[in-house]
Amino acid sequence: MPPPYNRTAGAIKAFIAIFHRDLVVTGREFIPFLLQALMQPLFFLFIFGKVLPGIGLAAPNFASLMLPGIVALTGMIAAMQGVTLPLVLDLGYAREIDDRLLSPLPVWWVALEKVLFGTLRGAIASSVIFPLGWWILGPGFAVRPDRIPVLIGMVILTALVGSTIGLLMGTVIKPDQISLMFTLIFTPLLFTGCTYYPWGALKNIAWFQILVLFNPLTYAAEGLRYSMVPPMGGHDFPTLALPWILLALGSSVTFMFIMGIRTFRKRVVT
Amino acid sequence: METTAIAVNNLVKRYPKSKSAAVDGVSFSVSRGEIFGLLGPNGAGKTTNIGVLTTAIVPTEGSATIMGIDVAADPIEVKRRIAVVPQQSNLDRSLKCREILTFHAAYHGVPRKQREALADKLLDELGLGDRKNEKMKAYSGGMVQRVMIARALMHEPDVLFLDEPTNNLDPQSRLFLWERIQELNAKGLTILLTTHDMDEADQLCHRIAVMDHGKILVNDTPTELKKMIPGGTALEVRASASDDLCNTITAALNAMPGATKVDRVTAANEDFPTWRVYAEAANTLIGPAAQAVLNSGAEVRDLSVKQPSLEEVFIFLTGRHLR
Repeated sequence: MPPPYNRTAGAIKAFIAIFHRDLVVTGREFIPFLLQALMQPLFFLFIFGKVLPGIGLAAPNFASLMLPGIVALTGMIAAMQGVTLPLVLDLGYAREIDDRLLSPLPVWWVALEKVLFGTLRGAIASSVIFPLGWWILGPGFAVRPDRIPVLIGMVILTALVGSTIGLLMGTVIKPDQISLMFTLIFTPLLFTGCTYYPWGALKNIAWFQILVLFNPLTYAAEGLRYSMVPPMGGHDFPTLALPWILLALGSSVTFMFIMGIRTFRKRVVT
Repeated sequence: METTAIAVNNLVKRYPKSKSAAVDGVSFSVSRGEIFGLLGPNGAGKTTNIGVLTTAIVPTEGSATIMGIDVAADPIEVKRRIAVVPQQSNLDRSLKCREILTFHAAYHGVPRKQREALADKLLDELGLGDRKNEKMKAYSGGMVQRVMIARALMHEPDVLFLDEPTNNLDPQSRLFLWERIQELNAKGLTILLTTHDMDEADQLCHRIAVMDHGKILVNDTPTELKKMIPGGTALEVRASASDDLCNTITAALNAMPGATKVDRVTAANEDFPTWRVYAEAANTLIGPAAQAVLNSGAEVRDLSVKQPSLEEVFIFLTGRHLR
């Protein structure tokens, strides 16, 4: 007699196997993945961190303020794309996900796996910015040694924010809307996310300073600034307060995940 | 031991935006070890029916069980016992052929050694052994179908669902798949397949439910279904006759005692006029029919007794051709 079937163990095995599948597939295209994630930050770092300060169009410390923004943006976008694109295609017509949906685990775990794997992708993409920044910016490169644990937490949380947004987008967007939605969502996200400027510096444009607070990327960028920008003249660099940052990012993850799971279920079980 | 593999009870699926129900009060049951066919035109509700049984669609009303487990109440337990081969490929194209099978088995908790051995065995059986490390991009329709069937068997399911398994395949691949399906069934696998191909239903299925507009019209063995045709059997008569003689021949055939109905049938590739004489025992009409043609002044070219096909059963039931 075979031992009785343990559902929880079966579901966990299925979950691990699905995660393993994503590792194998991404491992095979790791170089293209890195190129896709890093091309844009590479040039941003070079132009904004090296060229503009070099010709006197930006302050010399601009690089150290922008680097955290680039880390946040890269991680969030890489996580988001890693979830959204495959999901739109799969739910739209490819249906390659069917095999996983027919595995003996709750349907929403399949979405959870996508989110966790997207988070891993985002965190890896973010992490690669550090050696890249060190190489391009030279002395302009800085992190705060006393806040390394916060930094690690922020990198992961930022990627998680990206992958949960990716889940909701991936389940809402239809394949023929992909390019339009990317323009409509990415471009505003990119420029209102305090990536290239610290939030505190916006005080002269009050309406914009308030507007950017609706973009989760603002909090991610500020959180990374909190853990990276070195103190100047004995003072910590002013950022949004860490508790607010954590509250905003946590709320975003919760909201996007719950909504994403709901639409995911609606798309796969009708 | 449970002898019913699939039980469907008054199943209804209504979509919010559609006026009529996709599945409209369907009931049937499939015994273990049976090959059961859902036959009907496109849009009859076959795929929706399979969707409910494979936990992808939640029924509006009614219930369905697989191996005694309710599909709506316990989908995870149902998924362990079923395998699905859909109409269109949903193979994981990021993986190599063999990996598609081994990962599928891993999702179902099959231990590594076991799944690797089984994958090699199935790939060899399905004639894919030498291409197992390729990705799916270069595969033809028939091969895709074989890989999907191999994948379905990796976790040793009790019930296999095949949605239009040989649609769009070349005749050789079709025959190959038919043989594999029969072999699997001989090993005890219960199979539910949908098709709009009469031949396929006739060749493979122990029982067939004919569906149209979301309802099951009849549900019986192919032989019994064919008995629904008036008279039961048919005699096909071909004669070389001029157009004006044809009416005389029709009348003479109609006059034969035992003939329940006579139809002129037109087949595009035949040079001679052809009739179908339906009768209880068409073989007893061979002599009289030949005589009737001769008496009308024409010459007999061919006489053959036909068991009426499922195609005719469908036309008889709905007044429409299947396609």
